[in-house]
Formats: sequence, C-alpha cells, structure tokens
Amino acid sequence: MTALLTILVLVFILVAIWQMVKIFDLTQGNSRGAHNQIANDKDNKYQGYLMLGFLVFIYAITIFSFVEYGDLPLLSNSASEHGPDVDRLMILSLVVIFIVQTITQFLLHYFAFKYRGEKGKKALFYADNNKLEAIWTIIPVIVLAALIIQGLFTWNDIMNVNEDEDPLVIELYAQQFNWTARYAGNDNTLGKANVRLIDIDKANVLGVDESDPNAQDDIITKEIHLPVGRPVLIKMRSQDVLHSAYMPHFRAQMNCVPGMITQFGFTPTLTTADMRNTPEMIDKVANINQIRAEKSEELLAKGEDALERYEFDYLVICNKICGTSHYNMQMKIIVETQEEYDAWIKDQKLFKDSLNK
Amino acid sequence: MSAHADTHAHDDHGHHHKETFITKYIFSIDHKMIAKQYLITGTIMGIIGVLMSMMFRIQIAWPGEPNVLFEALLGKWAPDGVMDADVYLALVTIHGTIMVFFVLTAGLSGTFSNLLIPLQIGARDMASGFLNMVSYWLFFLSSVIMVSSLFVEAGPAAAGWTIYPPLSALPMAQGGSGLGMTLWLISMAIFIASSLLGSLNYVVTVLNLRTKGMSMTRLPLTIWAFFVTAIIGIVSFPVLFAAALLLIMDRSFGTSFFLSDIFIQGEVLHYQGGSPVLFEHLFWFLGHPEVYIVILPAMGIVSEIMAANSRKPIFGYRAMITSILAIAFLSTIVWGHHMFVSGMNPFLGSVFTFTTLLIAIPSAVKAFNWITTIWKGNIQMNPAMLFSIGFVSTFITGGLTGIILGDSALDINVHDTYFVIAHFHLVMGISAIYGMFAGIYHWYPKMFGRMMNKKLGFIHFWITAVSAYGVFFPMHFIGMAGLPRRYYTNSAFPLFDDLANVNVVITVFALIGGLAQIIYLYNFFVSIFYGEKATQNPWRSTTLEWTTPVKHIHGNWPGEIPHVHRWAYDYSKPGHDVDFVMQNVPLKEGEEELQH
Repeated sequence: MTALLTILVLVFILVAIWQMVKIFDLTQGNSRGAHNQIANDKDNKYQGYLMLGFLVFIYAITIFSFVEYGDLPLLSNSASEHGPDVDRLMILSLVVIFIVQTITQFLLHYFAFKYRGEKGKKALFYADNNKLEAIWTIIPVIVLAALIIQGLFTWNDIMNVNEDEDPLVIELYAQQFNWTARYAGNDNTLGKANVRLIDIDKANVLGVDESDPNAQDDIITKEIHLPVGRPVLIKMRSQDVLHSAYMPHFRAQMNCVPGMITQFGFTPTLTTADMRNTPEMIDKVANINQIRAEKSEELLAKGEDALERYEFDYLVICNKICGTSHYNMQMKIIVETQEEYDAWIKDQKLFKDSLNK
Repeated sequence: MSAHADTHAHDDHGHHHKETFITKYIFSIDHKMIAKQYLITGTIMGIIGVLMSMMFRIQIAWPGEPNVLFEALLGKWAPDGVMDADVYLALVTIHGTIMVFFVLTAGLSGTFSNLLIPLQIGARDMASGFLNMVSYWLFFLSSVIMVSSLFVEAGPAAAGWTIYPPLSALPMAQGGSGLGMTLWLISMAIFIASSLLGSLNYVVTVLNLRTKGMSMTRLPLTIWAFFVTAIIGIVSFPVLFAAALLLIMDRSFGTSFFLSDIFIQGEVLHYQGGSPVLFEHLFWFLGHPEVYIVILPAMGIVSEIMAANSRKPIFGYRAMITSILAIAFLSTIVWGHHMFVSGMNPFLGSVFTFTTLLIAIPSAVKAFNWITTIWKGNIQMNPAMLFSIGFVSTFITGGLTGIILGDSALDINVHDTYFVIAHFHLVMGISAIYGMFAGIYHWYPKMFGRMMNKKLGFIHFWITAVSAYGVFFPMHFIGMAGLPRRYYTNSAFPLFDDLANVNVVITVFALIGGLAQIIYLYNFFVSIFYGEKATQNPWRSTTLEWTTPVKHIHGNWPGEIPHVHRWAYDYSKPGHDVDFVMQNVPLKEGEEELQH
C-alpha cells in the first residue's frame, strides 16, 4: 500500500512539474506563431550574457572546490618512497590542466558573448589558417612530451622491483570479502601455494603447499606490519574473483587476479605513529571526529549506538567490484620501527605450527 | 564514385506506394522513420538509466536511510525502504550499460546516422532499407531483453558494466551473475548484431550513394563523423561479441577461457588455465573505441551546428577530418590504459601511456578549431547552439583530466576512484548527451516538421549545464581523496567521513539535473503535435537535408536529387547577398571554391 501511495505521489510530482512547464509554455502567449522558435536578437543578447555568467560560474565552482575541498586530495601525505614523485607529477599535471582550462573556457564563453548575433551583422569568412593550426598542434605536443617522459620515468621507477635491495616479501591474499597476509619467514621465500590445496579442516585456508620446505616458516596474519624504510614486495593472489589492493597512502595499487600472481613493490617511509602526528593528519582526523561526533548525537537521539572515535591507520582496501560486501573489504597496515616489527613477528605462529593435526 | 545511377532505381519510390500503418510506423524501411524509432527507444532507455542514477545517488548521499521511493520502486530489494547492497551494484551496472550502449550508441548514432546520412549526401534512402529495419528491430529486441532482466528473481547483472569475470561468470559469486547476467549477455550479443548491421549500412551508403558532385571533401563533418564511427564499430564490436561468446561458454559449458584456480564457497572449481586479464583485453579492445563511437557523432553534430549558428565556415575543415581519422586510429591502440594495474606487463603500461596521451593532440586541435569557429561569428543562440557550446566546455573540462588518468604512474592512485567517474562522465557522458540534445533541437524540424519551443530549450540547457558541473566538478576531489567507485556506502571507512557532505552536494545537483529533463521531455513530446510548423530551412543552413520538403516522403526528394557544387560551409561568403549558400547552388561566374 505504501508502495502504491509513493508511486502515486511520485507520479503527481512529475505531473506537477509537467503542468508547470505547460503553464509556462502557455503564458508565452503567441509564442507558437511563425518564426518565434528561432533565436532573435533579444535571445542572442540574453543568452550571450548568460554565457558570460556561466564562465563566472565555472571559475566560481573551481575556486569554491579548491578552497572547500582542496585539502581532501591525497597530495600532502604520501608515506612511500615513490609517493612524492607521483605527487609532484600530479601537481604538475593539475597546474597544466588548470592553466589550459582557465584559458580555453574563457575564450569559448567570452567569444560566445562577444560575437552574439545581431541582425545585419556579417560574420567573418575565415575558413583556415595553417599557421594557427600548426601552433595548437605543436604546443600540446611539447607539453605532452614533457608529461609523458616524466610519467614514464616515474612509472618505470615504481614498477621496477630491485631484488638486490632484499625486499621483504609478503603475500596479500584476497577473497570475498577480506584480506589475509602471508609473510615469507626467515628464508624470505614464500612457500608454493594453490587454491586446490586449500584444506579447511586442517586450517590451511590459503592453500599453502604443506610439503614445501619454504612454506614451513611462513606466517599467516590478519594485519600487515611493515618495518619503516625497508623495501617491501607484495605478491598478490585471489581465490575467487578480481579484487584490487589499493593502498592510497603508499600510492600503491594492483589487481589480485585468480590464477596468477601479481606484485607491487614500495618502501614505506613514515611509521603509523609519525603519520598520525603530521599536522595535516591531525587536522584531518580532528575534522573527521567532529563529523562523527555530530553524527553520534543524531544516532543517540534515535536510540542507536554512537560511532567510535576515529584514529588514523593505513589500510589496504578493495578497489575492484567484487560482490555484495565490496564496500567493506579492508585490512589494517601498520608501519613501525624495525624493533617493533621484530617483536611483533616473533609472536606470530609459523605455518607449520598453525595447522590442525 | 558518386552514384547518380540510383536515382532511376529509386524514382518510383516517390509517391505511389500505399503504406499501411504497419509498414509506415512499425516495420518501416524508411530511414527517417527508423531514425525516429531509434530516438524514441533511446529516450525511453535514457529515462530508465537516469532514474537509476538518481536512485543510487540518493543511496550514496544518505546511506542506509529508509526511503519510501526505494520501498516503492525496489520492493523486496529494499526491505523497509533500505536499499540492498546487491541492488546498488545492479543499479550502477545497468545504468552504465544502458547509458553507454542503448542511449549514447544506439540512441545517438542510430538516430542521427539514419536521419542524416541519406539526407546530407543526397540519397533516396540507405543502401539497404531492409537491413536498416532489421538493425532497428534487433536493437529493440535487445532493449526489451535488457529491461526484462531487471525483473529476474535474483536481480539483473551486477558486476559493473565491464562485467569482468570471474565475478560475472560465477552465479555463486553474486546473485546477479545468474539469469540476470545470461540475459545481459544475450541482450548485448543481439545489440552488437544490430550495431554491425547499422554500421555496415552507413559505410556502404556513404561510399556509394553520394549525389553527383558530393566528393568526400565536400561532405559535411557530421557525415565524416558517422562514417568513421561506423568503421570503428565494425572493427571493434566483433571483439566484444567474441568476448561475450567465450564468457557464455565459460558460464554454461564449463570451458576455461577466463577462469582459473578458483575456490569459492568451500569448493574448488574445475577451471584451469584461463585468464581474467584476457577478458579485460578483449573487453577494452571494444570498450575504449566505444567511447569514441559515442563521442565522434556528437563531435560531428556539434561541428555542423556551430558553423550554421555562427554563420561562419567551420574552421580548419581538413584538420577536423584529419583529427577525426587520427582519433579513430589511436582509439584502437589505447585500450590498455584501463588496465595499468590489472597485472599486465608494466612495459605494456608504458606503451599505452604513450599512445593514450597522443590522443590529446587531435582532441586539442578540434577544441581550438571549434573556438576559432565562433570567433568573429554572428552567433545565433538557438538551443542547439547552447548545447554545442556546452559540449565544447564539458569536453575540455573532462578531457583535460585524461592526461592524469592516461599517465600510468598517476593512474595507480586514482584508478577506479570517483576521479575516473568525473572524468568520463564529463568527457563522454555529458558531452555526448549535449551533442545528442543539440542534434535533436537542430534537426527536430526535419524529423517532425515542427519546431521545439526555444524558451523551454534555454531553461533546459541552463539547468542541465549548471547541474552537470555541480555534479561532476566536486567529484574530482573526492576521487583524488581516494574514494573508490562502486561502494554501496562509504560508512565502512571513517577515513572517508569528511567526503560525506560533498556527496550530498553532488546528489542534490544530480536530482535537480535529472528532474530538469522533464522540461525537455515535455518540449519534445508536446511539440510533435503542437509545435510551431517548421519552414523548409529554419536555421538557414547550407546542407542538402534542408532542400527536402518539410513533409516526409519516401525517397526524400520529389524530383531529381540535387547536385552538389560546393562544400557544406559557405556561410557569410563574400560576394553573396545572403549569409549562406546552399551546397546545391552552382558556383557563380568567377567564384572560386575554397581550397579546403
């Protein structure tokens, strides 16, 4: 019944708008007379001024967005070695975009205003100018060449994993709808694994090959801990559908693909504790907690539980549509000092000890 | 090349065929009627697609809050009015599918290629009227199947419009991957058949049926755009067809093209040796050219309308053709930029970054040429012109962020975030819709013999234009803040709590923009019956479609097809009394045709 009523109300609203449009249409009087539907000088004038107004609107929304939302982008708080390179390139690209956007939108809308039609005026017959066209072919070529070259160098740096640096090897294992990590242990070599070896009864949930000597000292955890400053190489697997391991603060992302192993290497540069203490993060967290406090008041008023206070943590979050709970597939990443990391890893169970006999 | 022979073959089509209601309005083989059929079907699909976007925007802005609207429209999928997470994914999936394929491919290209190709090149009809009819009815069938998939027990396809396997392949991975996905695949297979029949027809018609004097370098840019679009479609749609077919095999016959090593719901599946990345390659081999299939016709329409309403020749006609060809060629070798983080070889990422950023060059040429076209013009601010200027504006705004997304190093961090949504909606969604609106306002008199109300057109444009920026401009910022797309709610991440108010702003603009389309629908449907009667050439345009009588006749011209003596852009040419010279007007004594 409510459904029917809602649909009725909805239909009424639509009809109301329709009728309002109709009334407007009818008040135009004899507007449906001859040649009234072609723009005349008056229309050209008003629409020309509106074009100018729209230019102002575009600038205003740009300025508003930068002032109001400008602190949202992840540009000031990268936590990996390649992060600042990415951010620099990003800012460079944004500057280029900003300049081109400001100029071209001005030309477009200003011309639309300036050259609005008038009876008796004749447009300039101007069909071609090779020199001009060469200019706006060559300028983008130069700008793009610069961006491409910078981009390619950055990309190669990021993607090139230097095995000599002895990166810490960790497997990141994705499934609907959670993450698991597997450390390679003392030998820093992951044991072989395949989903066909999964044995739930024995608690071998990742399908690690129990007979592989490299697997014995592997460590399976539900959190990633990383020692600060040490390169890490994350090898990714998925057991069911595509997932994407997105670690925004490390400027890192790679899909997890069933049937193959993908990888992404980076070096964390800021411990979780240090990140929490950066001025940007203190501001951001304070802001978020204020929003949460306001929300909590509403919830309490409704008799529901208040929200927990937020404390910053690095996360790996799923960024490839993977099903119902895609929106809540996350795992904490904790970056800490070497000592803290050593103490933590010592407490974890080795794979061979974790199996049910 | 220009075939005048067909004038004889078709002359008898002119008057004396008795048409019944069915042959005239339903199984018509007249390109003008088929164009209208495409437009009406596309409009209905567009209404569905936009309504869906309004529903999921409400969910994003006010997550988990009961809404009577959901309860009414979604029924058991919104218990107590709270939208279900699977339904959210289904809505974004079907919204994407409908808008990209059914509205902006079939609705845009289908309408205007059909309407304008024969009229502007001087042909009696398409090369094959029958294939044309089959093409439309296949499109209609695929639309019906797609819409009927919404009523399936377990819900429609919900794996995103890109339907990446294994999610789309395994019914146990997601409810929508059952019968809903089967219907999606069948619908798309039929859609592709329809699109290919249409494209082949367009290409053959443009190559063979041009009237005497209509050389390729005298074609209006609309025709160039439709022609090249059809070629891209012929090259790339079959690849999606293959991908869909292989996916059907994986789903129903146990093959392993895209699947390997899968453990789901407590059991190991038998699939081995396939690769989901292969599917991504096949999908995007169509998927990327597809965005140009969407945008090129809009570019052609806008070029034509800008010239006509600026009363100036299009600036750099040859450069415009060259850039269409360059974009078309490049569009087929950039698909990998959707896959920088898919797990493919990083070297390939470098190659695709290079080819992708090259596309900016012909795009920049086009944008500057449009701006120069209106420079020193005598701009007639008809609604079609407003939408054309709006097109250039959103094309620039959306296109520029492409240099971030096309750059593999930067894509890592904004891949699949709202930054991507903002980018592609502006550059190919909003822009293409503007192109479509521009085309409808401009050629409405040709289609229906009546005019649309200009004041309503103005109001429609301005509300739409402001809402479009209101929706998609702030969206860049939440994308750069790392907010992933396709999240049913962001409340699982306190990290994103400070983006919630931006999402409310976006939704409010989306609702305003969506509701404003009622103004257009009113204008469109009411003007069919009550609009001011159109004159033969209301916009004082140069192209051949305006030499046909207002009242449609089968065969287009009552007498002989006009011959063409000049290019399509002799606006405000010195030495003439009027500010436009139609293409069928012979050169004056001593007048030179421009060396364009």
